[in-house]
Amino acid sequence: MARVKSGAGPDLAVGVFVVLLGLLCLWQAAAIPVTPLYAQVGPKFMPYLVGALVVAVGLGLTGVALRGGWSRGLEEVAEAPPTNWRALGLLGAGLLVNLLLISTLGFVFAATAQFVLVAAAFGSRRPGRDLLIGLAVTLGAFLAFDKLLGVNIGAGILEGVL
Amino acid sequence: MDIWSGLALGFGNALSVTNLGWALLGCFLGTAIGVLPGIGPALTIALLLPITFQVSATGAFILFCGVFYGAMYGGSTTSILLNTPGESGSIITALEGAKMARNGRAGPALFTSAVGSFVAGTIGTLGISFLGPIVVELALQLGPAEYFSLMVLCFVTVSAVLGGSALRGLTSLGFGLLIGLVGIDLQTGQPRLTFGVMELLDGVDVVLVAVALFAVGETLFLAWRHVEGKQEVREVGKLMMSREDWKRSIGPWLRGALLGFPFGVMPAGGTEMPTMLSYFTERKLVRPQYRKEFGTTGAIEGVAGPEAANNAAAAGVLVPMLTLGLPTSATAAIMLSAFQSYGIQPGPLLFTTQADLVWTLIASLYIANIMLVVLNLPLVGLWARILKIPTPQLYAGILVFATIGTYGISNSVVDLALLYGIGVVAMFMRRFDFPQAPVVIGMILGPMAEQAMRQALTISQGDWTTFITRPISLCILVLAVLALLGPPLWATVARRA
Repeated sequence: MARVKSGAGPDLAVGVFVVLLGLLCLWQAAAIPVTPLYAQVGPKFMPYLVGALVVAVGLGLTGVALRGGWSRGLEEVAEAPPTNWRALGLLGAGLLVNLLLISTLGFVFAATAQFVLVAAAFGSRRPGRDLLIGLAVTLGAFLAFDKLLGVNIGAGILEGVL
Repeated sequence: MDIWSGLALGFGNALSVTNLGWALLGCFLGTAIGVLPGIGPALTIALLLPITFQVSATGAFILFCGVFYGAMYGGSTTSILLNTPGESGSIITALEGAKMARNGRAGPALFTSAVGSFVAGTIGTLGISFLGPIVVELALQLGPAEYFSLMVLCFVTVSAVLGGSALRGLTSLGFGLLIGLVGIDLQTGQPRLTFGVMELLDGVDVVLVAVALFAVGETLFLAWRHVEGKQEVREVGKLMMSREDWKRSIGPWLRGALLGFPFGVMPAGGTEMPTMLSYFTERKLVRPQYRKEFGTTGAIEGVAGPEAANNAAAAGVLVPMLTLGLPTSATAAIMLSAFQSYGIQPGPLLFTTQADLVWTLIASLYIANIMLVVLNLPLVGLWARILKIPTPQLYAGILVFATIGTYGISNSVVDLALLYGIGVVAMFMRRFDFPQAPVVIGMILGPMAEQAMRQALTISQGDWTTFITRPISLCILVLAVLALLGPPLWATVARRA
């Protein structure tokens, strides 16, 4: 087999990922319990079809990647600045904090913490001010949705008091 | 019901104070959110869906019509003043519009796109009113087999024909179909692709996927490539167009609208092609003394035409959505899911069972259009100020509303994790140039296609040839095959010759 041309590695990873996704779908399709109910087409047919489609396009993408890939030719990729690990890390931390805290501390506090971290990710240098803005935004949104629209955004410390 | 009595009924309903209020609120919110960089109409509607929980179906859809047209207006403002198009349809507008803004002509560029949107929106809405009932007549003769074939055609056109690469478009479609499969099978009650997770039994919410794709994924991608520095918002300056500008704009408005509408109506919906075609047409047709403005100082024809084409195409998309229940753009797919959340299934029967709702909706499209042109020109200063929200707080705020849009509806941490998971996938999709719209369309249309297929096979008692022995179905399938295989074959032939 020909060596992977330089720069096509990421594309190859994408192709392989898509193939694996398709295989996952096929495996799950096989795991669907067979129903005794009569039907011309059972619940398994469509998942098999979709799984096969995804595997097929995944193999196609892998083939393109082995022949040099597609994303190097894209203007947006060629001219892209280097990966900003700091921004990506802070943003990821923001999402994670929201995910971990929202069921215990409640929407207002979790989303405010996320607000501060995301703002910092995009270069804000004033976490104190962001904290206040974040509190105002989340509290305002909570009150508007909870009181006006009756959408319940979960329970939490502050939410219990209000 | 004929068109005139339908319209009379619709305007009668839409002109009530409450419904006018919904239209006004929709126009205002739609423009305000659509103006925010990176937020297009699809995400705007997805984020505003929770509003409908307390509102009747009619009120909610009037609101959506306002939001739909408003978000399109807002998007063009962003393209012109900031040179960051919020969705694919306004990329072309940004081309000439941003150049005009750089040369101090942002005002006329905004004016021509506002009036152009009005002209195109009106032509498009007229098209919906007159074409809709005709399509319904035809659609009533289609059985499940034809519907299935039509959806196959739709899949092919939105994923393989539009966009950069058929392979990547089909991958996006496959991802969408896969998400659409998750949950309990409607016909047999079997759980599918749920991995034993209770929360997945109901399936994945389309709002969650839209927010993940357009808000979380986009934000992650921007952070990945983030460079410190401020973006410059151009000043609006003098708004009014000169007599010369009017003369130069009228032709492009009409041509753009007439070009855009048919593209929207066809299942090959999408706004890239008509806006591009309009741009190239105007560049060809422009009077010689202005030709040099294209690509240099910015030509007003290059804003007026594509902007009209964009709006007319977006209006045209409502025809297959309302009459056939087929969404051909991400925005239409989300509107369809809003219909479904009210227990209403768009399709040919909608015009008879919900005639009230349909005609009120069409009437409020006319009203929203007028409201927008009246509202937006004086308020352009306010919209420009929204653009000045600094990036860090803007994206932080968007993610707060992304949380509300998902966790606020289900109170489920699993949903939030799913939102971020799909968001990460969406980030890589942006990096590797996979289109996002086929994901949303696949997940909405996939289950509908499966249902149509199983119904057709039940009627034919398991005979698979039903799809190719029924003439209309066969014709549609042949079209789909041509659309899929035509372009690559043509390329091969052209290379040989």
